[in-house]
Amino acid sequence: MAGGWRRINAARAVAFLLLGGPIVAGILLTLLPAFGFLPALGGESFSLAPWKRLFAEPGLAASLRLTVFVGFASSAAALALAFAVLARVAGRRSGGAVEGWLAPLLASPHSAIAIGLAFLVAPSGWIVRLLSPLAGFATPPDVATIGDPFGLALTLGLAVKETPFLIAVGLAALRQFPAQAQLRAARTLGYAPAAAFVVIVAPQLYARMRLPVAAVLAYGLSVVDMAIVLGSSHPAPLSLMGLRWFLSPNLDDVFIASAAATLQLAIVAVALLVWRAAEALALRMLVARARSGMRSGVLEPLARGLALAGGAAVGLGFASLVVLVVWAFAWRWPFPRAWPESFSFEILRRATPRLASPLGATVALAAVSTLAALALAVACLEGDDRLGRRGSSALLYLPLLLPQLSFLFGVETLFSALRFDGTFAAVAWAHGLFVFPYVLLALEGPWRALDPRYARAARALGTGPLETLVRVKLPILAGPLLLAFAIGVSVSAAQYLSTLFAGGGRVATLTTEALALVDGGDRRLSAVFGLMQALVPFVVYAAALAAPRILHRRRLGLVDP
Amino acid sequence: MQFTREGTTLKRWICAGSLALALAGISASARADGDWNAVLARASGETVYWNAWGGDERTNAFIAWVGDQVRDRYGVDLKQVKLTDTGEAVARVVAEKSAHRDADGSVDLIWINGPNFLSMKAKGLLYGPFAQNLPNARYVDTTAKPSNVTDFTVPVEGYESPWRLAQFVFIVDSAKVAPPPRSLAALTDWIKAHPGRFTHPDPKDFMGASFLKQALIDLAPDKARLLEPADDANFAAETAPLWAWCDAVYPSFWRKGQQFPANEPALIQLIDDGEVDFAMAFDPAEAAAAVEAGRLPATVRVTTFADGTIGNTSFVAIPYNSPHKDAAMVVADFLLDPATQAHAQDIRALGAMTVLDLNKLAPEQKALFADLPTAPALPTSADLAKVLLEPHPSRMTRISEEWRERYAQ
Repeated sequence: MAGGWRRINAARAVAFLLLGGPIVAGILLTLLPAFGFLPALGGESFSLAPWKRLFAEPGLAASLRLTVFVGFASSAAALALAFAVLARVAGRRSGGAVEGWLAPLLASPHSAIAIGLAFLVAPSGWIVRLLSPLAGFATPPDVATIGDPFGLALTLGLAVKETPFLIAVGLAALRQFPAQAQLRAARTLGYAPAAAFVVIVAPQLYARMRLPVAAVLAYGLSVVDMAIVLGSSHPAPLSLMGLRWFLSPNLDDVFIASAAATLQLAIVAVALLVWRAAEALALRMLVARARSGMRSGVLEPLARGLALAGGAAVGLGFASLVVLVVWAFAWRWPFPRAWPESFSFEILRRATPRLASPLGATVALAAVSTLAALALAVACLEGDDRLGRRGSSALLYLPLLLPQLSFLFGVETLFSALRFDGTFAAVAWAHGLFVFPYVLLALEGPWRALDPRYARAARALGTGPLETLVRVKLPILAGPLLLAFAIGVSVSAAQYLSTLFAGGGRVATLTTEALALVDGGDRRLSAVFGLMQALVPFVVYAAALAAPRILHRRRLGLVDP
Repeated sequence: MQFTREGTTLKRWICAGSLALALAGISASARADGDWNAVLARASGETVYWNAWGGDERTNAFIAWVGDQVRDRYGVDLKQVKLTDTGEAVARVVAEKSAHRDADGSVDLIWINGPNFLSMKAKGLLYGPFAQNLPNARYVDTTAKPSNVTDFTVPVEGYESPWRLAQFVFIVDSAKVAPPPRSLAALTDWIKAHPGRFTHPDPKDFMGASFLKQALIDLAPDKARLLEPADDANFAAETAPLWAWCDAVYPSFWRKGQQFPANEPALIQLIDDGEVDFAMAFDPAEAAAAVEAGRLPATVRVTTFADGTIGNTSFVAIPYNSPHKDAAMVVADFLLDPATQAHAQDIRALGAMTVLDLNKLAPEQKALFADLPTAPALPTSADLAKVLLEPHPSRMTRISEEWRERYAQ
């Protein structure tokens, strides 16, 4: 039976263990206290008391309504806007340029975009300041445009961040089938542009984007970082209520916090099923419409409007980054001035001592967790190649679909039982749980698309398997490897909850510091931290996009079109 | 059974502790009656570990300055142990006591007040009484600044020595509010006349809780009652005027009282954004410091209610097991020196209001205060009116909880 275990991809087994171990243990160690079992705090037997307390909590119903609304509305909006933009670019060859343009938004952590967006849309924000000469505002309007009880600001923030993400994912997916040729054919058959896209391209495109879309939905339903900046506190989304209980000085709150985290898990699971059912329904309606031969231009105005809105969402994202730069160097910027009264490097100078250690931690955590994830991903894919089959990655993508709150407290419990909590390694591992799936997702497509004849030729010339990997495959894949590295860095740099829990509050990164400053008042200091937070992954992203052009300047075939 | 035995041991320890404390008290007063010079002589060459909250850079710099001064003048080596919470130092002394380290503790001086003082005093963890015997104690204001004598309703009784004053103040934009209201009634009228321009921080933040305390005192029919611990029978009646006031004015608040800023810095940002016209602070120099830092317009001013606002005093206390009590007393005395107090009140140094009664000073000492640089946003001691005592701490937790139930659902 020796051949039996040789059929197992060892790297995948290791990945399952490193990722699955903490996640399964984390969920279990959250489930137990949710049902009253946590001996360390006197919970010796199972009970429904935490659930009774949770459901008796005033405001829970409002919080659930808000959570579900924000999750579905932001995901549906991001998807519709992204598809509308994709419909405009699908017929053109400008996809690569669009991707390059989106890089700053893709690289920026959610919380940095949220901080910038808050500076834009607040009642005293940049937008109102720019409009005030027209509207005649001497004082900001007394309306809650951020932290509103309906979750509109949070929905907007999520849509602004997820639209570019889905556009980028969609652009990659469009390259996997001859969309351009199909569109051309459809147009010659008399389909209007929008109808051609909706009937012919959209279903094929969507089928290739299911996982990222599901990840967007799960994220929107359980968002913490953006909710801290843009969400309301009464009612607060379920994720924030749960987090508050987890961080409460009253240790007994761990029980109700665990129940809230478990409820969050259930909500995400049900929501994903509902979304799946909606997909099926939409497809059936689409097929019916297609059979009826719909090809007219009725969809044109809607498509144009949505594409415009998609452009506006991307524009808001960029403006969020720009306003961070302006505030970081402003000295006095009183309302209703459209531009700061005075500029200064003073805030940056004062922030420098406070920036140094979180910056170092951010860079080190990103480097360690991403390099480890990249090595493991390459090992998984190379293992598949050597076994001559495709391993299933479905389970490895699970961290993208689970609400972070539903297992990170359990991970902290596990780490502290192992006397491992609060260490750099613990935080790097926790980051790795989220970095690895994204790195694998980014690398899997290009790796599988690599023409196997390169490796076969090398082997035929007598090159060993390791040398083939290092001297043939990896250099050809340098571009995708660098991009996967950049994506990994941006995922790690954005981590909030995992840093907070695995670090036991003792490891500070730019993201944890930036979010700690949100309530702290000085907007200029907040801007400095938000900007630094966005800058680190962006520099890596820019380098990853530029490097292949330099590395491969003599090998045109390896430079992405 | 184990439990009972331990209880007995604990009781015996407490008795022994209070006996030692009484003896220490006697020797301290004997010493002070005798010769302060002897204290100075013993202090020279000793090291004082001052456990002080380290979250404020200006305060840390001031403590470093004090260290330079006492080294040059008295040969005392002062080291600040920066705490993130004063409770850490209290816990350390408690741990030392249970480990019977009764003569060689690691804490010589603590920046303390309120609940931490109450708990250390009640557990017999403090050396004293010593404060009234310090040579500079005669300048302390014990009449207009009652918080120098009664710390959050707990009598000080010489177990801690004051060094800086905090008082509840309003920060107003004089370009928009002139003249500022000087009583709660006038403020109420102003709020109703200018809907959406006033708010207070969320009461789960201490600044928000302080505003409610201030309003509670102004509205209470029997203010003396508030210094007693809260009891169930009276709580509803005592707080009814406060809730009636909230119900009446919240509709005219910023965001109609549906949203509250998280804390004092968030409120400062709101006034700078022009969203509201009032902020509040517990440090009378906060406004001037914020103007200096570019966080507030130059037109802001500080004001209080004419009948006074609540205030509390920051003290230093000496743990019972400090091995360097003489040197610690020298530092406590230096902090009360009129020249030190004038330096602390200097906006360029710390901007902390003095605990001294300027009328008790000699003319040349008074001149030190008169010569301090002024800033339009910096109130003078005369501007600050009277300091009112904090209500009993037991009441505040309940008020915050009740507020949450009424207004945060």
